[in-house]
Amino acid sequence: MSPILRVKSPGLHTTVQDLGRDGFADVGVPPSGALDAVGLRLANALLGNRPDAAALEVLVGGPELEVIAESAHVAFVGGTAGISVQDAHHRSIAAGRSVHVKRGDVVKIGMIAGSSCGYLALEGGIGVPRVLGSASTYTRGTLGGFEGRALRAGDVLHGAETEPAGEELELATPLESEFDAPIRIVLGPQDDHFTQDAIAAFLAGVYIVSAQADRMGFRLEGPVLAHTRGYNIVSDGIVSGSIQVPGSGQPIVLMRDYQTIGGYPKIATVISPDISRLGRRSAGAKVRFARVSRDEAEAVYRDEEAFIAERIKALRPARDEASLNIEALYDENLIGGIVSARE
Amino acid sequence: MTGVRFLPAGDRALVVEFGDHIERALSERVLRLAERLKELRLQGVIETLPTFRSLLVRYDPSQTSGAALEKEIGAHLEDEAGARGETRLWHIPACYDERCAPDLAEVAQRTKLTTTEVIARHSGTQFLVYVVGFAAGFPYMGDLPSELVLPRRTDPRVRVPAGSIAMATTLTGIYPLESPGGWHLIGAAPIRLFDAQWERPALLRPGDFAKFEPVDFAEYERIRAAVEGNDYDVPFTMIAA
Repeated sequence: MSPILRVKSPGLHTTVQDLGRDGFADVGVPPSGALDAVGLRLANALLGNRPDAAALEVLVGGPELEVIAESAHVAFVGGTAGISVQDAHHRSIAAGRSVHVKRGDVVKIGMIAGSSCGYLALEGGIGVPRVLGSASTYTRGTLGGFEGRALRAGDVLHGAETEPAGEELELATPLESEFDAPIRIVLGPQDDHFTQDAIAAFLAGVYIVSAQADRMGFRLEGPVLAHTRGYNIVSDGIVSGSIQVPGSGQPIVLMRDYQTIGGYPKIATVISPDISRLGRRSAGAKVRFARVSRDEAEAVYRDEEAFIAERIKALRPARDEASLNIEALYDENLIGGIVSARE
Repeated sequence: MTGVRFLPAGDRALVVEFGDHIERALSERVLRLAERLKELRLQGVIETLPTFRSLLVRYDPSQTSGAALEKEIGAHLEDEAGARGETRLWHIPACYDERCAPDLAEVAQRTKLTTTEVIARHSGTQFLVYVVGFAAGFPYMGDLPSELVLPRRTDPRVRVPAGSIAMATTLTGIYPLESPGGWHLIGAAPIRLFDAQWERPALLRPGDFAKFEPVDFAEYERIRAAVEGNDYDVPFTMIAA
């Protein structure tokens, strides 16, 4: 393992994540892992990495990373804004493609437009010790990832030294955030703790992702859901996607860093492919729920996996236009006419 | 098997529910099924999470389905009539000194017992670890003797020190890390409850038993130093569950 990237600026909340850890729920450790698992898998695929290689999850935006290895091959997936590479010029790199960078370059991820999260993957994966079988950071337990915490300025990320030989690739079609897509749920395990009216309101209503949304859970605001027999149950198990409804009647969708048990009734569970879809939504985004049966949910999961496999098969060599260099265009006066037209 | 319900929890988990309240007999059934499923290694099962009254079963929908698993698990519900195997009884050093027990006097007052009586009842009980959750390694243990049952504090603390021995309702627990908490703090255990470097990362696991062994403040400090120097193992004995 060699030092590859130095954190100049960490951004709002940047953590090392992979596809999560299994096997420790019975001692209180949730899986953690990428909020948008599809984004992570595609970022890894662009570099020929294993789907579960560790990458950086960037929430909202902000990090700047200096390349301190001879060279590195990175890819960013999430939202529409892409990233920039500050070198002798200033290259804009579209979201959904990989790029070779070299010593001294600074990889900047600005605000991630069109998603709450994005994934910066490194060829060979970010090198951190696997804790309980995974590289994912669980910040509440100070466990996994980079010292169990979000990145800070000055942190040095390690990885395998790679030759700048691999082809730069891009997604054939961008990863859409699908903000309008209904979030599909299976009712239960405690839907019988809610009135018929509450279930109807839950399925018909529009909810808004509140400002209290993080890797642990998304609190939603919308139609109030009435319980039939109080809002306390004897705690039972939680999974990613569990929708618990406390006394306020406002649902909370548990995401990746959830508490493993909970004492509020759970009206429904978001199906696993749609947790990534919900994970891309930021505060203020709308959420509508749609009911599916468990059999349908399992079929959706299989379709979704086939679709991701197709996307990965369809990766293609990145085209040069993807790194359209605005500053160079200015330098060469190619768009000077447009500038002067505004004066 | 009577009273067992299968409840869906999305496309990757199901709940086998034995009841809706806290009771040893329910917990024993949950724990027995968890043990049985570990032996059976059913196709696609990722892990199980025993709680007071239900077993959560996480599965991989590319390898099995909820419907198939319900059938398979359903066929083994009768097996759980067998006894659990041997299990650990932990002997946990517990300091009930007032320096470690900010709520002990209040608990005594509210339960109309002396602090000595509260300590005797708490340390005289063999507890079952029903669930580990809330935080990594936090054991929910029961049952408290009925005289010690109190509701949670009306004003939860923002910071409960790591190692605090706490109680509320019919349960007692130990905080693995400093965290917020609403239980009554009646002592402290100078031990580590969770370490990701351990092969078994949590000291106490669902189905274990625990007994608190009173130590004075000097002994508490001595053990705490030994724990920090990695020179102390919490003693346990094996007993029939």
